[in-house]
Amino acid sequence: MKITEDNWLYVISPRKKLIDFNFKEIWRYKDLLFLFVKRDIITLYKQTILGPLWYLIQPLFTSLIFTLIFNNLADIPVNEGVPNFLFNLAGITAWNYFKECLIGTSDTFKKNENIFGKVYFPRVIMPMSVVVSNLLKFGIQLLVLLSFYIYYVGFAEPRYTILPQFNLILFPVLVVFMALLGLGFGMIISSMTTKYRDLTFLVQFGVQLLMYGSAVMYPMVYFKDKLPNYYWLIEWNPIAIIVESFRTMVFGVGDLDSNKLIYTAVMSCLIFLIGLVVFNKTEKSFIDTI
Amino acid sequence: MGSNIILKVENLGKQYRLGLVGTGTISHDLNRWWNKIRGKHDPYLKVGESNNRSEKGNSDYVWAIRNINFEVKRGEVLGIIGKNGAGKSTLLKILSRVTSPTIGNIKTKGRIASLLEVGTGFHPEMTGKENIYLNGAILGMTKSEINSKIDEIIEFSGCLRYVDTPVKRYSSGMKVRLAFAVAAFLEPDILVVDEVLAVGDAEFQKKAIGKMQDISNSDGRTVLFVSHNMAAVRSLCTRGMLIENGEISAISDVDTIIEKYLDKNTVRNTFNPKNRSGNGIVQVSDISIYGKTKKLPPENNQSFKIDIDLLNTQKINSAQLRLDLKINDYLGQRVAWLSNYLSDIDRVEEIKNVTFSVPRLNLNQGSYFITIDLYVDKVRSDFLQNVISFDVMDGNFYNNGRHIPIQESKILMDFNTEINGRNE
Repeated sequence: MKITEDNWLYVISPRKKLIDFNFKEIWRYKDLLFLFVKRDIITLYKQTILGPLWYLIQPLFTSLIFTLIFNNLADIPVNEGVPNFLFNLAGITAWNYFKECLIGTSDTFKKNENIFGKVYFPRVIMPMSVVVSNLLKFGIQLLVLLSFYIYYVGFAEPRYTILPQFNLILFPVLVVFMALLGLGFGMIISSMTTKYRDLTFLVQFGVQLLMYGSAVMYPMVYFKDKLPNYYWLIEWNPIAIIVESFRTMVFGVGDLDSNKLIYTAVMSCLIFLIGLVVFNKTEKSFIDTI
Repeated sequence: MGSNIILKVENLGKQYRLGLVGTGTISHDLNRWWNKIRGKHDPYLKVGESNNRSEKGNSDYVWAIRNINFEVKRGEVLGIIGKNGAGKSTLLKILSRVTSPTIGNIKTKGRIASLLEVGTGFHPEMTGKENIYLNGAILGMTKSEINSKIDEIIEFSGCLRYVDTPVKRYSSGMKVRLAFAVAAFLEPDILVVDEVLAVGDAEFQKKAIGKMQDISNSDGRTVLFVSHNMAAVRSLCTRGMLIENGEISAISDVDTIIEKYLDKNTVRNTFNPKNRSGNGIVQVSDISIYGKTKKLPPENNQSFKIDIDLLNTQKINSAQLRLDLKINDYLGQRVAWLSNYLSDIDRVEEIKNVTFSVPRLNLNQGSYFITIDLYVDKVRSDFLQNVISFDVMDGNFYNNGRHIPIQESKILMDFNTEINGRNE
């Protein structure tokens, strides 16, 4: 009988190749992805009194504070014809999804050390499930935004005449960019923290700093007017572009910059791919260094 | 030939760095990277010594396992045994892809699923049923596979009444049962099992061993089984592999391997008396304690011998000598008293050796200590308190797999039960 060497199902060997994804395998574990999502959703607010209301409280209060501090106190103007509060709420809603994806995935290895140390499944399922379960939270926050939008347009005195642009149909694409960016950065950070714990300290305040550079509580034009020398800092920040584009779509003020959107698309995919490569490299041996 | 082999391990090795990750980590990483871009080998791969942990090595790098080569045939149950820290778990971790090897490779023709520790990924806030789904998926089952087995799993776990209760309200035993039940219904081609049978009560252990036997016998599944429970290894495995200091020291049929392991690793408390009293006319020079054969450790339900060599320079005969041997349990309580004074033997001149043999040892499993009191012409000649200890293994004394808990009784008594009642 001929010994066929190539009919092995798979070979476990030291990691040599840089890019080595087994998409078929990830597909086989899709049920696990959804079970993790379900777990996150049903267990997050167990034994809390307000439960999912926490999804609403956080963005509402943040927007309120932002309106008080940045608009009323510091007199930062928002886009013309847009209520201050709504402007902040839109920015925070978009920013929050990115932030939640980033923070939720940035400690993947450390948080799941226990389970990763015992069983094998494609590790990337874990951060992916975080991104998917955050979608629910994002959806709820969008509904909040929508209700305030309707209030300002239909019931507030004086009425606002803002109208979403037709290009709002591109909105899901923006969500994908945010997910890819959050996931990409999260995977890079989680991979590096397995060896160098310093990064855990960086993430918390780094995200805080990034928020100020991401046009969350001011329009990009205003920044350009006031600080033209530093404009490059935020001009090419993909998150800032996403947040700004989101507001442009919803409020119908200004135009979408297609060059910047293409740039953002390229950056998102790039960051995501780098994240995936680093993550894949780490998952094979992180259990020895964590 | 090749078609029957489902798993092939070639030249496998795994290196670890000792000490703290921290100082020197970046410099080693940079050095590695610098060598890599110049096309050279990893400078730290060359160093490293075999893994004898009791000796102090010269290098910061050690091989947890090295030069591992073996093949497993389809349907075979391979027992992997070795001392704590011999490298068994590292091998299993590599097999189950939790970590990757430093060199070598493993080729497989089937899916490998591991039962390294049951209950991984249980979420305390979720109900038993939700956890069955989650745990099953973590172990590699799809939702439809679990759907088709959910009733069996719940029945096997014996937690039917609690399936809709959060797992945090479960007793630890129930958690283990539920977790094992999920794992037992996995259907991988190769199942890797590490010490799971050490949990649960006796009834559940029996159920678990039975299920394991089913898996390997009727389903023809390949199983790699790691355990310190020799009885379980013997009853489940067809072949055995002994690992020592990270390398395979033998692969053979399971009985040979177990014998080899026990021979090397039973604590052979060597006879080394420090405090002895008496006039020293006759002295004990050596004691050996063994079971069925000289190589096997004591096991209840089997024959048992205590062999005492004497140093008898003054040619004392057996009528002058009285040797009392006392056996205490680990709490210091006397469980037996043996003596040549109790048995009538013909007079022997110039005695050199006394052997007590028990045809069927009836001590419960556990550790025991021996005290020897030796008299020549009614004067104490040698007294050795707790001079040597021995461990009795469980040998299924009542032939039905049931035990008397160790804390309940040291002595296993042979008895018959007769139950009378109203006759119909």
